[in-house]
Amino acid sequence: MIKNKTSYRKKIVTVFFVCLFCFLLLMGRMVYLMVFCSQHYTEKAKQLHERERSIKAERGRIIDANGTIIADNKTVCTISVIHSQITDAETVVRVLSKELELSEDFVRKRVEKYSAIERIKSNVDKEKGDAIREYQLDGVKVDEDYKRYYPYDHLASKVLGFTGADNQGIIGLEVKYDSYLQGKDGTILTVTDARGVEIETEGEERLEPRPGNDLYLSLDMNIQSYATQLAMQVMETKQAERVSLLVMNPQNGEIMALADVPEFDLNNPFELPADIETEGIDDGARQELLNAMWRNSCISDTYEPGSTFKMVTASAGLEAGVVKETDTFNCPGYIMVEDRRIRCHKTTGHGHQTFVEGTMNSCNPVFITVGARLGIDQYYHYFEQFGLLKKTGVDLPGEAGTIMHKKENMKAVELATVSFGQSLQITPIQLATTASSLINGGKRVTPHFAVLAGNREGTDIRKFTYPVTKNVVSEQTSATLRGILEKVVAEGSGKNGYVEGARVGGKTATSQTLPRGTGRYIASFLGFAPADNPQVLALVIIHNPQGMYYGGQIAAPVVRQLFENILPYLDEMDYN
Amino acid sequence: MTERRVRTGKKGRGEVYFDYTLLFIVLFLLGFGLIMLYSVSSYEANLDFGDSAYYLKKQMGATIFGLVVMLIVACIPYHFWERFAILGYLVSVVLIFLIIPFGRSAKGAKRWLNIMGVSLQPAEVAKLAMILFLASLVCHMGRSIRTKKGFIIVLAMPVPICLMIYFITNNLSSAIIIFGIAVLMLFVASPDYKKFILLTIAAIAVVALLVYLIVNSGGDGMGFRSERVLAWLDPEAYARGKGFQTLQALYAIGSGGIWGKGLGQSMQKLGFLPEAQNDMIFSIICEELGLFGAAVIIVLFILLIWRFMIIANNSPDLFGAMLVVGVMGHIAIQVILNISVVTNTIPNTGISLPFISYGGSSVLFLLIEIGLVLSVGRGIRFRDY
Repeated sequence: MIKNKTSYRKKIVTVFFVCLFCFLLLMGRMVYLMVFCSQHYTEKAKQLHERERSIKAERGRIIDANGTIIADNKTVCTISVIHSQITDAETVVRVLSKELELSEDFVRKRVEKYSAIERIKSNVDKEKGDAIREYQLDGVKVDEDYKRYYPYDHLASKVLGFTGADNQGIIGLEVKYDSYLQGKDGTILTVTDARGVEIETEGEERLEPRPGNDLYLSLDMNIQSYATQLAMQVMETKQAERVSLLVMNPQNGEIMALADVPEFDLNNPFELPADIETEGIDDGARQELLNAMWRNSCISDTYEPGSTFKMVTASAGLEAGVVKETDTFNCPGYIMVEDRRIRCHKTTGHGHQTFVEGTMNSCNPVFITVGARLGIDQYYHYFEQFGLLKKTGVDLPGEAGTIMHKKENMKAVELATVSFGQSLQITPIQLATTASSLINGGKRVTPHFAVLAGNREGTDIRKFTYPVTKNVVSEQTSATLRGILEKVVAEGSGKNGYVEGARVGGKTATSQTLPRGTGRYIASFLGFAPADNPQVLALVIIHNPQGMYYGGQIAAPVVRQLFENILPYLDEMDYN
Repeated sequence: MTERRVRTGKKGRGEVYFDYTLLFIVLFLLGFGLIMLYSVSSYEANLDFGDSAYYLKKQMGATIFGLVVMLIVACIPYHFWERFAILGYLVSVVLIFLIIPFGRSAKGAKRWLNIMGVSLQPAEVAKLAMILFLASLVCHMGRSIRTKKGFIIVLAMPVPICLMIYFITNNLSSAIIIFGIAVLMLFVASPDYKKFILLTIAAIAVVALLVYLIVNSGGDGMGFRSERVLAWLDPEAYARGKGFQTLQALYAIGSGGIWGKGLGQSMQKLGFLPEAQNDMIFSIICEELGLFGAAVIIVLFILLIWRFMIIANNSPDLFGAMLVVGVMGHIAIQVILNISVVTNTIPNTGISLPFISYGGSSVLFLLIEIGLVLSVGRGIRFRDY
């Protein structure tokens, strides 16, 4: 038996201290991890354990001038899968692809993806969501949220616009006021185990969603509905391409109705009209067709206004003092501007007439003369002062600007054509706004729909204010113009716009679309009432009517019918 | 100190020592281990087996059986086992070979043998057998251990077993532990220091070179071990692969902080950390009991090793001392490696934490080793100095 010697003992002690040294090093490492890195790892671990689910905030509603809800929300379901909770992937794929009418490959790819939570489909009807819930499949989550719903389908579709899958506005007021309408999404934070099973004892952190603000409009669905009917009617009877009818309050710029038929179904905004051939077109072409369908031509398209623009020349002439109502003109049926012979629409000529009569006749040589008296500098000055060079600032996206000659390129011929509303292009909203400011005493108003935004409880209301430029023309000029335009309707070319028992002012227009000579016309009429104190202004534009195409014949009656109906209604509204 | 002087009738008038301190440290570790095992495994056990105490019951059975065996071994004079030294070596060789036809695989590795319904890891048998064999060998070699030949013979003895364990059971960590035990025993038996310092430096140099090569090659075509090295250096970059377990362990340790989340409050044990009740149990201890709890465990292991040192130093003969040194080496290496792996101080490799990790054959053989140490302790005689 070998004795246990001192040398062994020393070595054993050495071994102990080597071990002790190792342990101390590890202790140091642990202090580093658990004290200095603790925050980092705690954060990471928390992210790993917490599952965040968002609760969609309800989007604010859109409400018309009468308090009617015209854009609302309805409950729909979002179907998602939680990878780690799925026990029977095949059944999940089969059921979801069947119920949601999706391809199996599409569903399988999402089911098999290694992610915390994967969305399969949103905006599923509540009944369908309930049906899927009935299967009680592990790992399939049915969350309820809100989908935009428009009770009036087609009405004011291009004004309201619609929302996308994530409840974000895509066109129209929905996108313009998205920041008001969108609420703040809430979240549910739950702690789960590695399989994604919620740990109930940990509870959940809930951040309640905040619904978006309701948006109150000046749009009146009664007027809108009637305006749309009238526009549809004239589009059908005249087999026109499209018809726009804009109704606004010339005193403050509030738009009461904007119909731009054909409209589209807000609840199915991605469905093209049945008469459009969609067979075999690619996505790009399809998107172009959709964009065309959604396009609000009152805002986004310019046209040659024609005779309605004579209001502008008249106002400029009166304001500058170069013409008076009683000035007399002679129209032989044409006028020579430099070497050009510009014809009047009445080729036999209007003969001798006063300025008022000239306006009632819509005589081109009269206005060319007034334009010439103003000269290029002054004409351009008023053009700018009336606000025609700038956009109107209407609260809808996609407003087009004015297309006008550059001042330095303007010669006598250009001045002459502009004077009676040709060779320049403006949007219908621009014409209506400019006319409003010329007849309302010279206040350049900003056309708009939104009046106020506020939460549902009625607290925290925000009233929208819009810029107004005063004195673009004098009160005097404005009054004179109103008088002349009343005569146009009472006795002149706009007599089809006359409403019995009411004082209506207005101006007709018939313009050929560019390029000329194709036989395509635009018939339009701008009317307002009462003529001495305008409370409502309507502009109807009929694109490419078949058969009779004179504005005085086909456009003026539309406004007459509109006014016959809405003037008593507006009076009644005022009494309330 | 709880040293007791016990009269033993048989041995006549001498007073016999029984190391209660060691026994209590071991019992404390076992008790603590069972509590932690229940805390760590109950959630998963309930989900997988419908019984939250599934792992606890199995481990408890193995522990009780182990304690009985330990007491029996402690009562048998340790020289009794010397005659089985060569047999033990051969038996472990045979057991390892038996894995090839009869082995049971679990979690991708074939490391277990089923003998009469009890599953057994031959590597655990081999560790015990190697300690016994080398202790015996060292005693038989006597002074010749000082020669170069003796040195090489002692180092060469564990090599076949290590290679077999590595190649047959694909278990690098057990191979390293067995070789490490041999080196430590040789270090104690040999009066030389220089050779061991050189050996250590050489080993460090080789490891450093390997790591350098692996990092430079980017781990291309070098197998899963090289990827583990890369994952060790940057676990977050390999979060989906080899770094996953390490990263989860780090989350657990780091989120524990100084005082921990409280017993039973671990989140990472809810299926996030693979093998939580096994090799990674220490990280859950850190998460639940914090730096404080982890320090207590480490101190307990230091105390354990200190007791081993005392017993080894007071062993009446070299054989006893060598046995204790072997056990000391075994437990120390395993604890240090386990904590190093869990804290990502070294690359990930599967090593369980003695007395605490789940594993029946591990705890049984550890308790047999403790029984041997207690038996050596009983040989200590108090003399008047």
